[in-house]
Amino acid sequence: MKSDNIVNLNSVKESQINFDESLQLVKKEKVVLVGNPNVGKSCVFNYLSGMYVDVSNFPGTTVSLIKSNYKGKDVYDTPGIYGVSSFNDEEKVAKEIILDADVVLNIVNALHLERDLFLTQQLIDMGKRVTVLLNFSDELKKRKIRISTAKLSEHLGVEIIETSAVNKTGFDKIDYAIEHAKVGNQQLDLHFMLQQVMDKSIPQAEALLILEGDQETSDKYNIPNGTADEREKIYIGRRNRVNEIVDIVEFEDSKKGEIFNLLGRLSLTPLTGIPILLVMLTLVYFFIGDFVSQQIVNYTEKVIGKGVFEYNVKSFVADYTPSTIDVQVLDQNNNVVEQKIFAFKDGINANQQLANEFKNFSSKPGTVSEFHYSNPFVRLFFGEFGVITMTITYLLFLLTPLVIGFYFVMALLEDSGYLPRLATMLDRAFNKIGLNGRAVIPIMLGFGCITMANITTRLLGTEREKSIVTAILQFTIPCSAQLAVITVLLSGVGIQSLLIFAGVIFTVLITLSTVLNKMLPGESSPLLIDLPIMRFPRMSNVAKKTFFRSYGFMKEAGFWFFVGALAVGIMEITGLLNVWQNLLAPLTTTWLKLPREAASAFVMGMVRRDFGAAGLFHMHLSAMQATVAIITITLFVPCIASFVVMLKERGWKEGIAIWIGTWVTAFFIGGLVAQIII
Amino acid sequence: MQTAKQTKTPNSTLDKAKKGKPITIVNLPQGNIRSQLIRLGITEGDTLKCIERLPGGTIVVQKNRQEIAVGFDLAKKISVIIQS
Repeated sequence: MKSDNIVNLNSVKESQINFDESLQLVKKEKVVLVGNPNVGKSCVFNYLSGMYVDVSNFPGTTVSLIKSNYKGKDVYDTPGIYGVSSFNDEEKVAKEIILDADVVLNIVNALHLERDLFLTQQLIDMGKRVTVLLNFSDELKKRKIRISTAKLSEHLGVEIIETSAVNKTGFDKIDYAIEHAKVGNQQLDLHFMLQQVMDKSIPQAEALLILEGDQETSDKYNIPNGTADEREKIYIGRRNRVNEIVDIVEFEDSKKGEIFNLLGRLSLTPLTGIPILLVMLTLVYFFIGDFVSQQIVNYTEKVIGKGVFEYNVKSFVADYTPSTIDVQVLDQNNNVVEQKIFAFKDGINANQQLANEFKNFSSKPGTVSEFHYSNPFVRLFFGEFGVITMTITYLLFLLTPLVIGFYFVMALLEDSGYLPRLATMLDRAFNKIGLNGRAVIPIMLGFGCITMANITTRLLGTEREKSIVTAILQFTIPCSAQLAVITVLLSGVGIQSLLIFAGVIFTVLITLSTVLNKMLPGESSPLLIDLPIMRFPRMSNVAKKTFFRSYGFMKEAGFWFFVGALAVGIMEITGLLNVWQNLLAPLTTTWLKLPREAASAFVMGMVRRDFGAAGLFHMHLSAMQATVAIITITLFVPCIASFVVMLKERGWKEGIAIWIGTWVTAFFIGGLVAQIII
Repeated sequence: MQTAKQTKTPNSTLDKAKKGKPITIVNLPQGNIRSQLIRLGITEGDTLKCIERLPGGTIVVQKNRQEIAVGFDLAKKISVIIQS
C-alpha cells in the first residue's frame, strides 16, 4: 500500500525512473543509517563501505550526507539528529534522505535508551522499514545494566540487533538486519490522525511530518501543517510511550560511580574546570610546543630536510648547471671557522679538479653549503626558496610532524567527551560575545584548520552566531600550520613576545565579536547540549582519526603550497616581487617597521597564511619585529581554501566583507603595535 | 493534558535550581526549543536532578544516565518546582 502511494504521487518522472531501472533489472535499495549524535553511525558506515568517515565524540561532525555501496545497495550516513524535522541544517539533510529510504538502520546508544528511542519511535511512526542496532552493548555489561532485547523488539515491533562498534561484534548480522527490516508498532490515536492526512494521498512519512508542523513538507503538498498543539500532543505521546518502554525493558543492577564520571563533573565547574583546562593546555604545550616543535622538528627539518634531502638534490643539480657554492665550516657555537666559495661556470661535473677540492672541503664535520644558481629557472625550482627544495622540506619535515601532533591532541580531546563539558563551562563567557558555549567547538577546530572549522559553524543555532564565529575564525584564529611556524619563531625570542602576541590577538577577538554582537540583528540561541559519557580515549580511534585528518590536511595544503611557492618564485624572476615590495614599502618599513622583503610574506600569506609566516624564517628580525610580523600575518586574510569554503557557507557578501576587513585590521593593528613596541 | 499539569504551581525557574536537588518541570517555553527539550527527554511533569549550577546560571541536569546542559537564558524560561 505504501509503495502504491508513492507511485501515484510522483507521476511521470518517478515511473520513468522505475521503467529505466526495471529495464536494467536493477532496483537499488536505499539503506539509510540514522541515529542520535555519538551513537556510532559512522563506525557502522565505515564497516559497510570500507570507507573512512571521521568519528567523533561530539555532536555535529557529519554535517552532510555520505553515500557508499554495500552489496548492490546504496548506503547513506546521515548527521546525528534527535528527531526528524527542520530545526537545523543537519536535520534538513537527514530528513530528505530518510523520506527516500527503503530501509532505515536506526543505531541506538544502549546507554541512552530514553533519549534515543524517541527518534526510533518517530521513524516507526513514519511507517519506514526499520531495524534497530543496539550499539555500545559492551558498555552495558561494564555498567551492570541489562536490556531485554526480546521485550524491546516486541514493544517496538521491529528487530533489535546488539552490536558493539568498538570491537565490531554483531556487525556480521547487518545483512540480516537489512533484510528483516519491518514496519513497527505505532499508537492507535496517532494512527487515526495519520490516516486522515494519508487519505489525501500523501505517504505516511510525509503525513507525519505535516502533522508535526514541518513547514517544508506542508508547502510541498500545499496543505496546512499541524498546529503547535498537535505537534505537542504527538511529541508528548511519543515521549510517554518511550518512557514506558524503557521502564519495562531496562534493568540496572547497581550504580557504579566511575572515576571518569567524576572527572566529567569536575571539568564542568570553573573552580575545578579551569585548573583542569590549564593543566590540559600545559600538557598540550609541552607536547606540541616543546617535544614536537623543538625536538622532533629540529631533527626532521635540520638533519633530514636540509642536511640530507636538500643537500643531495642541490648538489645533484649543481653537477649540471652553473653554480656558486658557499661552504662554511662551523664550530660548536655556530661560529664560522673557515669559509670557501667555489664557482662552477658549467656545473660541478665540468671541472673535475675543483669538484674534488669541493668534495674534500665540504666533507669536513660541521660544514654548511649554500648553493646559488645563475639560471633563473633552476633557481625557481631548486634555489633557496625553490618550489621543489623548500616546499618539500617545509611540508614533509617541518609541517607534517606538527600537524600530526596537533590532530593527535585534538583526537584525544574529542574522543574523551571533554569538549561538550568545556562548552558548558565556557557558556556564560561566550554569552557575553553573542554566542553560546557550543561555539567553542568550531573555534577549537580552527586551531587545527580554519577551512574545516568554517564548515563546522553549521552546528550553531542561528545565522548571527554563524557570522560571528566565521569572522572570529578568519580574523584571529591561527591554524595548526601557522601556529607551528609561530611557535618556532616565538620560541627563540622569549615570553614577552608571546604575551604581547596573545594579548593583542585576544583583544581583537573580543572587540570584533562584541561589535558584531551589537551590529547584527536578532538574538543568539541558548545552550542546550547533551553531554556524552566521559571515557578514556580509544587509541585505535584516535590513531585513525589523526592519520586521516593529517593526510587530508597535507593533501590539501600541499597543492596550495606549491602554488604559492611558484607564484612567489615567478614574481621574483619577473621582477614583480620587487614592484610589490616597493608598492607596500611605505607600509612595511615605516608603519610596520619591518624589512621591505616582509612584503613577499604577505603574497604567500594570501595563498596560505602559514606560508606567510614561514617566509619570515629567513629574515633576520629582532624579537619585537618578529612579534609585529606574526601579529600582522595572523590577522591577515584567510588562506585560499578557507576563503572559498567561507564564500560557499556564508555567501559572497559576507565573505568579501570579512576578506577586506582582515586586510584593514591586519595592517592597522600590526602597525599600531609596531609604533608602540619597536 | 496541559491543564492537568498546571494544577502544580511552579515556585521558581530552572536557573535557580540548586546543586544536588531534585526539580520538577512545570512549564517549558514555546517554539522549536520546546520540541528540542522534549526530544532530549525534558518534559513537563518530569523530575530531574540538578547536578551542577555554574556561576552565571548555566544548569546541568541529569535524567537517568543522561546529562544535559541548559544555558542561563533558556533555564530562566523554564518554570519548575524546586523541592527542598
